[in-house]
Amino acid sequence: MASTTITPTRMVLNQLKGRLKTARRGHKLLKDKRDELMRQFLDIVRLNKQLRAKVEQGLTEAFGSLSVASAIMSPEMLEQALLYPRQSVELGMSYKNIMSVNVPVYDFKTKNSDPSEIFPYGFAQTSGELDDALEKLAQVFEDMLELAQVEKTMQMLAQEIEKTRRRVNALEYVMIPELEQNIRYISMKLDENESSTKVRLMKVKEMVLEDAHHYKQ
Amino acid sequence: MLKIAVVGGAETVMGFKALGLEACPVANAEEARRTLHRLTRESEDYAIIYIEENLAQELEREIDKYKDVPKPAIILIPGREGPLGLGQSALKAAVERAVGSDIL
Repeated sequence: MASTTITPTRMVLNQLKGRLKTARRGHKLLKDKRDELMRQFLDIVRLNKQLRAKVEQGLTEAFGSLSVASAIMSPEMLEQALLYPRQSVELGMSYKNIMSVNVPVYDFKTKNSDPSEIFPYGFAQTSGELDDALEKLAQVFEDMLELAQVEKTMQMLAQEIEKTRRRVNALEYVMIPELEQNIRYISMKLDENESSTKVRLMKVKEMVLEDAHHYKQ
Repeated sequence: MLKIAVVGGAETVMGFKALGLEACPVANAEEARRTLHRLTRESEDYAIIYIEENLAQELEREIDKYKDVPKPAIILIPGREGPLGLGQSALKAAVERAVGSDIL
């Protein structure tokens, strides 16, 4: 596709050559960025997979204990036991820069650091399974937090990789070939002009000589 | 300080409440949609929202909207019936998006 309107002049040729050089350099840089992002992404995916399996298993166990507890205790009692939490969680968020993608990093503080302090009820009227369930939940919660961080990171990296990949492909398969073709077109046109000028000059010379000396080669 | 919310069936969120997370019990997907809306639009305080898988199934569009922004992170967790595999498929979707094909 010879692009719609390019004027075949030396100035445009120089401009196009400059743009081609920039496009090549950008392409190389973006390609490197994509490769590095991909490497990080695959690490994160692996971590995410492990964490998710761990969290899912931990939660299943915790819910199992909770089911038993709710079978033993009456729903009202259960609700009452968990009505007012003694523990509270404060979450802080900062950002980490991975290849110019800002991903969140969470850190959390619990109000009660003592792990035995999480039970918001007296032990007299509740079943042991409830303690069990809460303990398991508290354990799995830390993994859940890490999962949230890793999963968010993964999603954001995926988006960035998609974007970068598109740019790389656009440069590689559209921009650069188009520029190359235009450059070829202009240089061919210039050559053609040059040779036609040469022919014209030869012709003129012949006519002038003919006129002056009635001289024929 | 930021907060963490858990959206799910009343029995699922009950346990998390004791841990100090914000529990949002919902009965159906419609209610979950409204709750999610409230948590994301009307306040900036929630950094992480855990949502039960079986509800998330119906809220795919809403959840997808928040995939590219750093806050909030919406994370699927299995409900009481055990994992449905939706969390794993979200992972697969992300890989497909990045790599262009499913390499796992």
